[in-house]
Amino acid sequence: MTFELSHFSAAVVFAACASTVFGITQRNTPRDMVRYGAYCFALFVGGVIVASWAMWLIKH
Amino acid sequence: MANAQNTTTAGNATTGNSMAIIAPLAGWLFPGLGHFIQRRWIRGLLLMLSVLIMFFAGLGMQGKVYGFNTGDLLDILGFVGDFGSGLLYFIARAMDAGGGNIQRAVADYGTKYIVVAGLLNIIAAVDAHQIAIGKKQ
Repeated sequence: MTFELSHFSAAVVFAACASTVFGITQRNTPRDMVRYGAYCFALFVGGVIVASWAMWLIKH
Repeated sequence: MANAQNTTTAGNATTGNSMAIIAPLAGWLFPGLGHFIQRRWIRGLLLMLSVLIMFFAGLGMQGKVYGFNTGDLLDILGFVGDFGSGLLYFIARAMDAGGGNIQRAVADYGTKYIVVAGLLNIIAAVDAHQIAIGKKQ
């Protein structure tokens, strides 16, 4: 079975899974885990968007 | 009374010591198992889903599963990362999955997905160890 993901959707799936593990393993209370997971997810996806625009600006 | 308490404390310490070894090993062998055996059901389930999704998404994207090698440094590190997936790694190798496909750009993402799934699984196993020794609830 093979499937195709776009660059962005691949980055979002990666961010979701990695953020979940980071949130659970790096914090002690459930509330902190959710907050830290969301923070990591935002940084991952935000980093992708910023890097994408930076590459677009370099090209143009 | 005091003897009974001492015996109970010693018993708990022995259980704790054995759990400190069993939990990370189980967690490495199968994602989330180290948390399941310590009754952290939701955490175990989320960790299991995250690692499984990454691993199988990587295989679905035709990512490469590294075999043991002593060649290029990045290939060695790739093997170390993949090996972190425990049983999933052995099953993938046994089924001849993860041959890679250099003609697809997404396959390279798949390779990274598989490596990172292994690394995340190692982090989860270390977390199971932290719970077992009482450093984390």
